[in-house]
Amino acid sequence: MLNQKGYEKKQKSNEFVDIYIMGKRYNVPSSLTIMKAFEYAGYTLLRGCGCRAGFCGACSTVYRIAGNHELKVGLACQTKVENDMYLTQIPFYPAHKVNYEIDKLQGDGDQVVELYPEITKCLGCNACSNVCPQDIKVMKYVSHAIRGEISKAADESFDCLLCGLCASKCPANIVQYKVGLLCRRLHGKYLAPKASHIKERINEIEEDKFDKQLDELTNASKDELANKYNNRDIEK
Amino acid sequence: MSYTSQLRELIKRVEKTREERLGHDFPRMTPEQKQDVLNNHHPDYIKDQFRKAKIGPNKGDRFPHELCDVIEGYPAVKWDEIDTSKIDYDVDVLVVGGGGAGASASLLAHEAGADVLLTTKLRFGDSNTVMAQGGIQAADKSNDSPATHYLDVIGGGHYSNVPELVRALVTDAPSVIDWLEDLGVMFDKEDDGSMKTRHGGGTSKKRMHSARDYTGAEIMRVLRDEVLCRDINVVEFSPVVELLMDKEGKAAGAVIYNFETEEYQVVKAKTVIITTGGLGRLHTQKFPTSNHYGATADGLVLAYRAGAKLAFMDTVQYHPTGASYPEQIEGFLITEKVRGLGATPINVDGEQFVYHLETRDVEASAIIRECAKGKGITTPSGMQGVWLDSPMIDKLHGEGTIEKELPAMVRQFARFGVDIKKDPILVYPTLHYQNGGILINDKCESSVENLYVAGEASGGTHGRNRLMGNSLLDILVLGRRAGKNAAAKAQSIDNKSAELNLEHAEKFVEELKKEGIKRTKTSPILIPDYTDGELS
Ligand SMILES: Cc1cc2nc3c(=O)[nH]c(=O)nc-3n(C[C@H](O)[C@H](O)[C@H](O)COP(=O)(O)OP(=O)(O)OC[C@H]3O[C@@H](n4cnc5c(N)ncnc54)[C@H](O)[C@@H]3O)c2cc1C
Ligand code: FES
Repeated sequence: MLNQKGYEKKQKSNEFVDIYIMGKRYNVPSSLTIMKAFEYAGYTLLRGCGCRAGFCGACSTVYRIAGNHELKVGLACQTKVENDMYLTQIPFYPAHKVNYEIDKLQGDGDQVVELYPEITKCLGCNACSNVCPQDIKVMKYVSHAIRGEISKAADESFDCLLCGLCASKCPANIVQYKVGLLCRRLHGKYLAPKASHIKERINEIEEDKFDKQLDELTNASKDELANKYNNRDIEK
Repeated sequence: MSYTSQLRELIKRVEKTREERLGHDFPRMTPEQKQDVLNNHHPDYIKDQFRKAKIGPNKGDRFPHELCDVIEGYPAVKWDEIDTSKIDYDVDVLVVGGGGAGASASLLAHEAGADVLLTTKLRFGDSNTVMAQGGIQAADKSNDSPATHYLDVIGGGHYSNVPELVRALVTDAPSVIDWLEDLGVMFDKEDDGSMKTRHGGGTSKKRMHSARDYTGAEIMRVLRDEVLCRDINVVEFSPVVELLMDKEGKAAGAVIYNFETEEYQVVKAKTVIITTGGLGRLHTQKFPTSNHYGATADGLVLAYRAGAKLAFMDTVQYHPTGASYPEQIEGFLITEKVRGLGATPINVDGEQFVYHLETRDVEASAIIRECAKGKGITTPSGMQGVWLDSPMIDKLHGEGTIEKELPAMVRQFARFGVDIKKDPILVYPTLHYQNGGILINDKCESSVENLYVAGEASGGTHGRNRLMGNSLLDILVLGRRAGKNAAAKAQSIDNKSAELNLEHAEKFVEELKKEGIKRTKTSPILIPDYTDGELS
């Protein structure tokens, strides 16, 4: 195995486990995540690695444990290695994407079914929810989408990282995470009440209402700025 | 891994003092004490961790060693494998980087009628943008104003910021929020539609807009979707490894490297926009980082070789509370909200040693000082840390507060067997943000003609210290400006007979040799090497 100096220094008191990456055996500290175990084994990751902190969904991974037929999935940066883990990476999962012009859509109930008609074929197996690393009730938001309850689907799907594991398990070929994304955009654009104070402020800026104040600040000396800053009003 | 028996023993000391610490605030530092701890322990103040750049437009300026190392690296490109007359892509605007700045630049350039190519190192969207939780600032409420926002930004930056950039930031802010809302970003709102806004560190008005604690992820996924819905060419896993110039020394394209086939391709462009983000993964002074995998300062290296000036590269932002245990989440950000709710830093003896709400730089320095005194805790993987006494939160605000206010944090630690409701957590400062970057003006132009820069790769907006919520803002303000201006400029450029070349890089190599710098390192490094397990 490659380059274990650093780890040996750090891992003296740790237990080790056997894992298999693409069929090859590696002995790695049991404390590592799947992602770090790949690196420990000498891999430099290109695909399947982004934020390294459970936010981007780039690192979906498939594995099974020896003796068990079940295929398991998880985020490589958030899942610890186990003994006899058989690992692979799913670097790219081809999924259907509909292109739309958000400005030409509407926030009504039929919109989502029109763009993603396959959602009506949902078998209700709940495999999507069971596989979600964020514990999102995926099937539930898909049901909302089928019923045209866009805002509910948007709310329920909010924590989605777009890792795509839901779609990888769907027998009806639904691309749940894209359906959720569409619902959230429709909700944000058409259904959520508008923030009127923003338009007001933009108008004021366009009417140059703040130019004089900003001119003064832009031309102020450091001392003048510090004086103003130290005496500014702070909202409770 | 949950806590070891040694750590369990140490936790008892924290528990022992908890009751008597309740209701007794540790004294805040005086201005002199603050300056003292900064001078002696803030990483920016440690002189021997910096050196003068030996070559390039900032020759003689003080940079962290790690930045000097990449800037003084030899180009990674193999010249003989590149034929710059064989053009693979011919576009109006080339956008380098696929985070929030890159996506917004692409959208605006495309809207202005330009033919755009966005090329990025990892997957489109895998970036620091996607990780931002806290929020985005904009002065759009009636009790607030762009001028008030201006004062907060420039005070936070120690009055060193470039004024025209701060002005751009605060005046474009409301229209950026409006734009996002119109694209379908789900902001946190009151029932009447007005934005829910909060304070952030250093704000004088509540102007932090959020989308739960996934603000950056929400913005990024909407922008990415919009780019993909339009006719914008996106190439993933293809980092830029060198810029290309025309005969007059203006930016005119780039060499991209296909990670999979290991082939180079030539992009010809009328204007180029760099949005490659920051340097977290250079691990300055061996700090762990909260940054994404691709944050290796590539844009700085490329632009520097092409002659662009950098600014404020002698200051780096360290967030006081990164996780230092469990090992799986070392460097991971522990949001400031945890201290805001009353969790306090505690040393190995169970004593508090600093007020828990000092500014980021002071708090971080105090934690570093405590560990230097030998009063820190050594984690099983060999890292240093101090306790952040999270159970105090429920003691102060009532059972269930942690669960309700910090669900993401609870989930994160529970995955690795630590219950932050019952046990304190181990923290140490983590490298969080590149305060400086490539110097630009308010049109996002660098000092190299036809080379634009936006986002964390750019420098000047935040001066020597950035406030929370102004980075998500700047990537969109500047990203949009860069896209618009680069597209407009492209219209006036006729590059049909331009001869693309790498002469600037060849000259740079000559200079490296002249300075006696040996070919031990190449850059941009593109992907950090974690196979030796020293850092991650
Ligand atoms: C954990 C965390 C929390 C944060 N929280 C907040 C917050 O609450 N509020 C706030 O305002 N700010 C926050 N920030 C800061 C903010 O998120 C970033 O500064 C900002 O998103 C940077 O955006 P960007 O588009 O400039 O760069 P990034 O989003 O980092 O994007 C850079 C892109 O360039 C690509 N790239 C890099 N090198 C190359 C190359 N050679 N060729 C091609 N492409 C390349 C990368 O792969 C990436 O896609 C946070 C940052 C972190 C890390
Ligand atoms: S690398 Fe981003 S979720 Fe795992």
